[in-house]
Amino acid sequence: MMIERSSAFVIPTPKRLGYSFNWVGRIGLAVILFWCVIAVIGPWIAPHPPGEIVDWDYFGPMTGDFWMGTDYLGRDIFSRILMGARYTVGISAASVALACAGGVIFGMVAAVAGGWFDMILSRLLDAFNGIPSLLFGLVVVAAVGSSIPVLILTLAAIYLPGSYRFARALAVNVNATDYVTVARARGESTPYLIFTEIFPNILGPVLADLGLRFVFIVLCLSGLSFLGIGVQPPNADWGALVRENIEGLSLGAPAVVFPSIAIATLTISVNMFIDNLPTKIRDRSE
Amino acid sequence: MPKSLLPWILVTQRLGIALLTLVIVSFAVFFATELLPGDVAQILLGQAATPEAVAGLRTAMGLDEPAMQRFVGWLVGLAGGDMGTSYVNKMAVADLMGGRLVNSLRLAGVTTLVSVPIALTLGICAAMWKGSLFDRTVSILTISVISVPEFMVATLAVLIFAVWLGWLPALAYGANVDSWSAMLRAYAMPVITLGFVVSAQMIRMTRAAVIETINTPYVEMALLKGASRRRMVLGHALPNALGPIANAVALSLSYLVGGVIIVETIFNYPGVAKLMVDAVSTRDLPLIQSCAMIFCVSYLSLITLADLIAILSNPRLRR
Amino acid sequence: MTQPLVTVNDLRIGAVTDAGRKVEIIRGVTFDIFPGEIVALIGESGSGKTTIALSLMGYCRTGCSISGGQITLDGTDVTALPERKRAALRGTEVAYVPQSAAAAFNPSKRIMDQVIEITAIHDLMPRDQAEAKAVQLFRALALPDPDHIGERYPHQVSGGQLQRLSAAMALIGDPKLVIFDEPTTALDVTTQIEVLRAFKSVMQKGGMAGVYVSHDLAVVAQIADRIIVLKGGEIQEVGKTQQILHHPAHPYTRQLLAAFEPVPHVSVAVPQVDKPKPILEVVHLHAGYGAIRNGVPEVPILKDVSFRLERGRNLGVIGESGSGKSTLARAIAGILPPHQGDILLDGQEMRRDLKNRSKEQLRRAQIVFQLADTALNPAHSIEQILGRPLTFYLGLKGAKREARVKELLDMVRLPANLRHRLPSELSGGQKQRINLARALAAEPELILCDEITSALDTVVAAAILDLLKELQRELSLSYMFISHDLSTVEAICDDVLVMLKGEVVEALPAARMSAEAQHPYSRLLISSIPQLDTGWLAGLEQDPNLVAQFANR
Repeated sequence: MMIERSSAFVIPTPKRLGYSFNWVGRIGLAVILFWCVIAVIGPWIAPHPPGEIVDWDYFGPMTGDFWMGTDYLGRDIFSRILMGARYTVGISAASVALACAGGVIFGMVAAVAGGWFDMILSRLLDAFNGIPSLLFGLVVVAAVGSSIPVLILTLAAIYLPGSYRFARALAVNVNATDYVTVARARGESTPYLIFTEIFPNILGPVLADLGLRFVFIVLCLSGLSFLGIGVQPPNADWGALVRENIEGLSLGAPAVVFPSIAIATLTISVNMFIDNLPTKIRDRSE
Repeated sequence: MPKSLLPWILVTQRLGIALLTLVIVSFAVFFATELLPGDVAQILLGQAATPEAVAGLRTAMGLDEPAMQRFVGWLVGLAGGDMGTSYVNKMAVADLMGGRLVNSLRLAGVTTLVSVPIALTLGICAAMWKGSLFDRTVSILTISVISVPEFMVATLAVLIFAVWLGWLPALAYGANVDSWSAMLRAYAMPVITLGFVVSAQMIRMTRAAVIETINTPYVEMALLKGASRRRMVLGHALPNALGPIANAVALSLSYLVGGVIIVETIFNYPGVAKLMVDAVSTRDLPLIQSCAMIFCVSYLSLITLADLIAILSNPRLRR
Repeated sequence: MTQPLVTVNDLRIGAVTDAGRKVEIIRGVTFDIFPGEIVALIGESGSGKTTIALSLMGYCRTGCSISGGQITLDGTDVTALPERKRAALRGTEVAYVPQSAAAAFNPSKRIMDQVIEITAIHDLMPRDQAEAKAVQLFRALALPDPDHIGERYPHQVSGGQLQRLSAAMALIGDPKLVIFDEPTTALDVTTQIEVLRAFKSVMQKGGMAGVYVSHDLAVVAQIADRIIVLKGGEIQEVGKTQQILHHPAHPYTRQLLAAFEPVPHVSVAVPQVDKPKPILEVVHLHAGYGAIRNGVPEVPILKDVSFRLERGRNLGVIGESGSGKSTLARAIAGILPPHQGDILLDGQEMRRDLKNRSKEQLRRAQIVFQLADTALNPAHSIEQILGRPLTFYLGLKGAKREARVKELLDMVRLPANLRHRLPSELSGGQKQRINLARALAAEPELILCDEITSALDTVVAAAILDLLKELQRELSLSYMFISHDLSTVEAICDDVLVMLKGEVVEALPAARMSAEAQHPYSRLLISSIPQLDTGWLAGLEQDPNLVAQFANR
């Protein structure tokens, strides 16, 4: 009885589910999850209030009290990074969700519909692609002023054409396969073709693309904040933290280094995860 | 239709698309800046100005005309080299830009000259010894560089070369570039930063292009003829990868446009990008528009060039 | 007795799978090759025939490695050599003729440079001498314009010519052993003959030993002295060609031969109804690709195709690549709307465009594609794949649907529990059965079969044909059967259309095709099908003018 019970309860490791997942990918996933959790609970575990001046010394060194030193006003950098995770991860995640959802839906519809709809949409979005991303952000955010909704929408608009192009190319390939031709010859409607026949088959690459696009958005957001038109003071994402403390660079202050490291850990781990996604073990023992 | 004409039809088509894109882009740039909050005349004259004075300035600046008419006027002016007058210091935008543009182009040029040969060599070698320690090191380095923001590469370069090693000046652009060594010192930091960013992309794309051709049956055939690894890569794979590689170079260089905005800001380099970032903070409309157009034109030419190379190098379209 | 040129002793080759598991794909293979002898390796896909052939050059594809055994080539132990020494053997001692010469030639280099590359790599002779030798080989291989063909680029010559040029490339270094890796599989039958003849004559003149890898017994019968039958990485039977063909010892060999014997088709008796309307009638059909200008598409394919298919009978459509036979099926199914002509299903006109046809019309005529791999959605389970037409056409849901799916699986002789699997978890033959079951789910009266057995191994294909016949008896179906393989068509069809360049050149009764063919192209095509007879190629006489006129060389 006991034995039966214990064999019924197995931990669902990737291998048992039929996937192989290497260590580089696992570390990447762990770091991503870590930052997501911090983005949610960051303010509650911060050792000091992120917005308050807690030290008389500015650009202070790393001490037992201030783990990552203090900034140009004497605020605790560690607490500010924990708080900044919320802006960097949150804004980027919202933008990437919007960009990819829009891009994938438009891309699939364009691929299946073809004709004029496809041509006009593709031309228009390609034209948007003809504007360098940072410049686009610079002009728009400068024009309508910087607020978090504006940042999210702008970043989504910048990266939607790329996502569209990617999804459309995939959908065009799938649309040309025999199984979609069979479904079409059966007399199926366009929505059925798009959501049941095509979507499940482009999902994998689309998710990988979503990860890469997330990295681009984090970089672009950080760049905008670094130029002073991203998240506005007194709030700060990681890019803004670097900007605030750039004066400390010639002093070699930890206040410049740690926010940069935070960005790098997030973006590099996303890349590590994308390059080492769990792969389905194709050869079941025959 | 004769087959030899096909590539040229595609090229013409691509150029037409680029031109159309440019018009749409200029439209977007013009109307985005039009959205700047507040009345420009009011901002220029300050809060104390009388309503009559503001109205007078509006008429003088042509702000009363319909937006579409001003857009066409602006476009025609741009095409003729007239970029308008700066609101802030009343100078012709063309004069403000002149020297700055040369500076930016020089920075881009030097970066290209330095990074292209290095990146191509590293990319091809990484592909040739795929899976070796060298390849893995290069891969990790390039992934790291493209995963971090440009300003982080710049800060790292400053930390290493200026703060720790003390070889180069930190955040200053030497005005007196009269000697070779002074010029080298002035350009080194921005070029190193930009070079890293651009080459990382180029190495990855070159490596991928060469590996793709290495995996073809004709390279396997060369192996079965007894060819060495060197001969397989340089003699068989590379000639077929030239098109994709040229495409990769042009595409990577378009990253210069984004990179230069950050690099000029961080190093206080007197180029167009710095001018534009400053113009954004002073809300100098004509200046923002002109700078944005310059960036868009250079970006668009590079990606169009990449597309053209891809079309012309397609062996199925040749002859 | 002479010493063997090649001895392979207990060869084992392992591969590492995605999961990091090691599997043995060649399991202890032992054989000899004597000087001047041509040995054929025969087997289905996955039997390891190409892997063995490549290992004779000391080469294994990525992921594979020689894990045991010994290969001795002219006294040298190849398995013990380091990579550099192995490279020195390639091209000089043992040379390779690839399956697809079109892919094996570098598109950006001239043919001559590639043909004589072996002499440059191994420093065999000066360039002008090598070129002279190449021209001599071109002549021996019956290539047109031998003096100048080397100046061209690969895409400027035809597939059959490239295949012969690749033989010249292999022979330039005077190897002792030449490996032919399915060198005629990608060619049309009329082209295959020329290439086979050229190979045979140069091999005889040079007195070289050869390894001929193929899945086609009839082709091998023409060129090999001995045949090795492989299955699952193991040798099943070795014997002289005559012995294997006429007195096979191993059951698997007999199965292979049996699949080759055309079983004459017996027409099914159809219950005669009052209205003898043909199930399918096509009248003056024209179709093509691209934008239509002045009523003609940019790339016209089908020109004025007309035929009738009576209920309960089967129509075969044969022709070589580019003859428009697949386009005909697509035009009838409405996937490629024809721009002129009429299609009548059971006497009722079907609109040209798919969108304008009624669900009922679509249900009655189903199409089955060649590659089951790409015709089944990899993201759907078998249950979903078979269930969808049931819901779509017949409105079945829930338990009724599930019961019908089980019935369908039973109809195509597959176990019911297969319905929970994904297509990627099935074998090629199982996938093609599912592909067929999906068409049956619609309860059609006509099934358009587009080369449905071409991608399958001989034995599996024969089983599918038997299944088609049984289903026809049970369900009173009619088939339109498109194929490039005449024996397949002979086995299942009552009537045959011969197509050439988008036109029907002749309609023939399937059973008496070779006897009744009148049109010169039909005669050429039928005479080009290799026979299971060692003397067939030598005895075959074709009018060279006819060949020049019609063959896709």
